[in-house]
Amino acid sequence: MYPNKFDYLAPTSLDEALGILAEKGPAIKVLAGGQSLIPMMKLRLANPSALLDINRIPGLDSIGESNGHLTIGALVRHNHVLKSDLARRSNHTVASAAPWVSDPIVRNLGTVCGSLAHHDPEGDWASVMLAAGAEVVLKSTQGERVLPINDFCVDMFQTLCRTDELVTEVRVHKHTARGGGNYQKLERKVGDYATVGVATSLELDEHGRIAGAGIALTSVYAHNLKVGEAELLLKGKQPSAELFKEAGAIAAAACDPASDTRGSAAYKRHLVGVFTERGLTKSLEIAQGGQS
Amino acid sequence: MNVTVTVNGAERSADVEPRMLLVDFIRQTLALTGTHQGCDTTHCGVCTVLLDGVPIKSCTMFAVQVDGRALTTVEGLKQNGQLSAIQQAFHQEHGLQCGFCTPAMMLVGTALLEENPNPTEEEVRWAISGNLCRCTGYMNIVKSIQAAGAMKSEEVSA
Repeated sequence: MYPNKFDYLAPTSLDEALGILAEKGPAIKVLAGGQSLIPMMKLRLANPSALLDINRIPGLDSIGESNGHLTIGALVRHNHVLKSDLARRSNHTVASAAPWVSDPIVRNLGTVCGSLAHHDPEGDWASVMLAAGAEVVLKSTQGERVLPINDFCVDMFQTLCRTDELVTEVRVHKHTARGGGNYQKLERKVGDYATVGVATSLELDEHGRIAGAGIALTSVYAHNLKVGEAELLLKGKQPSAELFKEAGAIAAAACDPASDTRGSAAYKRHLVGVFTERGLTKSLEIAQGGQS
Repeated sequence: MNVTVTVNGAERSADVEPRMLLVDFIRQTLALTGTHQGCDTTHCGVCTVLLDGVPIKSCTMFAVQVDGRALTTVEGLKQNGQLSAIQQAFHQEHGLQCGFCTPAMMLVGTALLEENPNPTEEEVRWAISGNLCRCTGYMNIVKSIQAAGAMKSEEVSA
């Protein structure tokens, strides 16, 4: 299968790339890992007249930390996150999700920021970021914008990234020693989209009460769904099995899955409840275990 | 566009359209047909090659992206005219049935053993989980990769 013809642009500096985007942004798709974009181009679902390959731009491929955040650059591959001690220590939701993203070979090329910018409603990372709390850094010749992930994610395949902007980094909140997180995913086979995915994150206060909670769902709504009502329910409460069951019931009621080859809507809805409860329980175990 | 790439240790250059997929570049332009083309949708993994030592699916990359980099295909596994450990192991353990997924399995196995010389069965199965064997001959593929690891360890200690 061949995509339509396109011009290939491979700048070697960020300034050069942003200049190209400022000039011809609407006609361009940015190529990072390409593991979603290239299949879409081959199926001619995407027909950009030019590709801007950012892989030759130095400085975008590191995982770091700043101001209480884990920072993941635009060229950080899924496998880099999976193997990073810093990522594993910094955010338990991220660490738990990394092995579930696609398959081991695709993970060598696919990027976290690319997944967020692409914003497939069945992508895992957006749920992780919505639950864990994150900010997306966007750069253009006009300067830099830092958007909360909640604002950045608009709808399926839609984000607030303008055509003259490049996602250069995502910044994820680091869990404290009293924090925990988890990603539950059911997939029919390795590399398939989630039948159901649930990302959870908890922070406890010094009395063991829930100071903050994050819950977001994959593949069971038109876009990755943050379940704010369940997050609010948990906040300020003493964690308990009954409370988590209630949060699961709220998440199950909030989602709107479709019946397809992966399962019936009723089955998926049931799983959302089970996974939410289970994910919160696992998050709590980590938070109470004091692992940092 | 001109693409220059080191393939199995030798530099190769060609003029290609940007939309030429890496797998087609390898098979058609370079005439290295050991790299197979299966699903063409990033699922099956039979088009896997090593890019600077790292397994990637060559149906999901453009040839222009690898300009200046190094590729290893199945044709590059033999060393000094001898089968490499992984090739010997696939032979000994009968790690193939129809052979279609074999080049990719051997390359993924090679990359795994570089990182982890003595993988457990679970680790091997995890590593090859992006590669399909339509014959479902996974038992012997796993055995072969483990046997190659053992063979390489013996070589080192000998």
